Amino acid sequence: MSHGPSASGGAALKGGHHGSGDPHVPVFTGETRTKLDDLVTRYPNKQAALLPALWMLQDARGWVSEEGMAEVAQMLDLTPAYVQGVVTFYTMYHQHPVGKYFIQVCTTSPCGVCGAEDVVKAFLDKTGCGELGVTSPDGKFTVIEVECLGACGFATPVMVNADFLESVTPETVPDVLKRYG
Amino acid sequence: MGYPHKPHPRETVVLSEHFGAAEARSLDGWKTRGGYQALQQALGMEPTAIQQVVKDSGLRGRGGAGFPTGLKWSFMKLGDGKPHYLCCNADESEPGTFKDREIMRWTPHALIEGCAIGAYAIGAEDCYIYIRGEFTEPLEVMERACAEARAAGVTGPNAMGSGKTVNVWVHKGAGAYICGEETALMNSLEGKRGNPRIKPPFPAVAGLFGMPTTINNVETLAAVPHILNKGAEWYKKLSRPDNPKSTGTKLWSVCGNITRPGNYEVQMGFPFGEFLQDLCGGAPNGRKIKAVIPGGSSVPIITWEEAESALMDYEGMVAANTMLGSAGCIVIDDAQSMPKVIARLARFYAHESCAQCTQCREGTAWTTKILERIVAGDGTAEDFDTLLSIADNMTGKTICVLSDSCATPVVSGLQRWKHEFEALITRTTIHAVPALVG
Repeated sequence: MSHGPSASGGAALKGGHHGSGDPHVPVFTGETRTKLDDLVTRYPNKQAALLPALWMLQDARGWVSEEGMAEVAQMLDLTPAYVQGVVTFYTMYHQHPVGKYFIQVCTTSPCGVCGAEDVVKAFLDKTGCGELGVTSPDGKFTVIEVECLGACGFATPVMVNADFLESVTPETVPDVLKRYG
Repeated sequence: MGYPHKPHPRETVVLSEHFGAAEARSLDGWKTRGGYQALQQALGMEPTAIQQVVKDSGLRGRGGAGFPTGLKWSFMKLGDGKPHYLCCNADESEPGTFKDREIMRWTPHALIEGCAIGAYAIGAEDCYIYIRGEFTEPLEVMERACAEARAAGVTGPNAMGSGKTVNVWVHKGAGAYICGEETALMNSLEGKRGNPRIKPPFPAVAGLFGMPTTINNVETLAAVPHILNKGAEWYKKLSRPDNPKSTGTKLWSVCGNITRPGNYEVQMGFPFGEFLQDLCGGAPNGRKIKAVIPGGSSVPIITWEEAESALMDYEGMVAANTMLGSAGCIVIDDAQSMPKVIARLARFYAHESCAQCTQCREGTAWTTKILERIVAGDGTAEDFDTLLSIADNMTGKTICVLSDSCATPVVSGLQRWKHEFEALITRTTIHAVPALVG
């Protein structure tokens, strides 16, 4: 595959609908740039560093904006459209801003038979989100159901940003939320 | 953080020996436990000789397919002048399965050692461990261990002073069950959407970056150092006497309605009924086990009666009308509604379909809609035939087996618990009659 750099692609993406309102400050400068340059040497081509580069973008900005994707595209000699195509395939890249604490509750069958639905209800109730995918009025929390987190023996596993919590029950939800108050 | 329970006396602890021991995570801690002796030995052997030891041991893939590992390695044409690659599949996402997570959390160097041996044995200088993005802790542990091994010269150029190059890298996924399918994993690693590829060409001919590639599961590779250290004969003996086709130990992840959920390591051929009752403590709160999905959600669901007399190896599970798969064992007790459990599994597959094949994209969605309608009390008697017809169209007709995996629990569930579906539908039908007449 070859995706040459596009002269117009970046400009075409400016002013996306989901923007947070702030102008995009380049992510790949200084240490982050060095880290990406180092990472690229692990692979026979730059494109293979796309998922790691998108992680670096999201870690820095909290989500993956169109302007951010254009920057990643430029760094890896890809087109912004190609990068967007990849981003939309994966569930973990946020394509719009989310709450300060992004809560993912596993509800696939093994956790489902252990009462995961009640854990979801407790989170929706105690965070004030009310509905799945809706950020709480104070901007702190977004709760979603997630497919199998791969920790089925520790039902119910919950992710809060990068923290991986095990054996969460409706009763322990208030304690969990206190940690992220 | 801690390992949930101590090993049961009837477990055969090989891979899980150091689970729960934080000291085993460091390079020094691993070396004092005999670590990297097998790699040192391997780097002084001919790659084909290593392949032969693994072939002789009878080791088969632990990710689900059960393909003989040594044979898979021998498909790689050594000396063809092309770069070869080893991928370690750590995208553990099969519902019910959480064994690779523990290997990576507790014994990262066991995996790195297995990866380095595997890479050398197939003529590869680079091994990529593709870890699902949600596994934040295993990712951190593995990245630290890889950096430690590289800094100490255990891996990298001139690995262990052998003059050979073996690089082991960690690559983080971003949320997609399908990337556990080997060709989807390769696409994802290449920075693409994780769509499975049509085979042939098979990975050993044209895989990652178009080059000869082998993909092995975490548990498979972690077993290799033990085989080199203790010998193929020792490994072969870890089986039941009347079945030499399944050898070694197997990690079983047990979850759902079970008293002691967790990972257990038993010899191939262990009796399943005793395992679930004695080691895992049976169903909690005095309830009874109704159904078991022994090998991750993609294998047929069986009844307790079928499970009780089964033997825990590849052939034993087939004899019990199911498959060993990834050995992610989901236990369902008599307080659960089977239609609800199966509908939720179907929703999982509908969510995870990559959508490139019509049968899968549409079939998983239709199946989910119909099952959820039945659970909601709006099913009709025709739904059974529709579900089975859709399942038939989803089986053996797509690029990968995600589609088949969605059909499997539906068909096996309908065969065994049709009465539970009928009970929901009958109620609806009675309810619906006056409306029709009116």
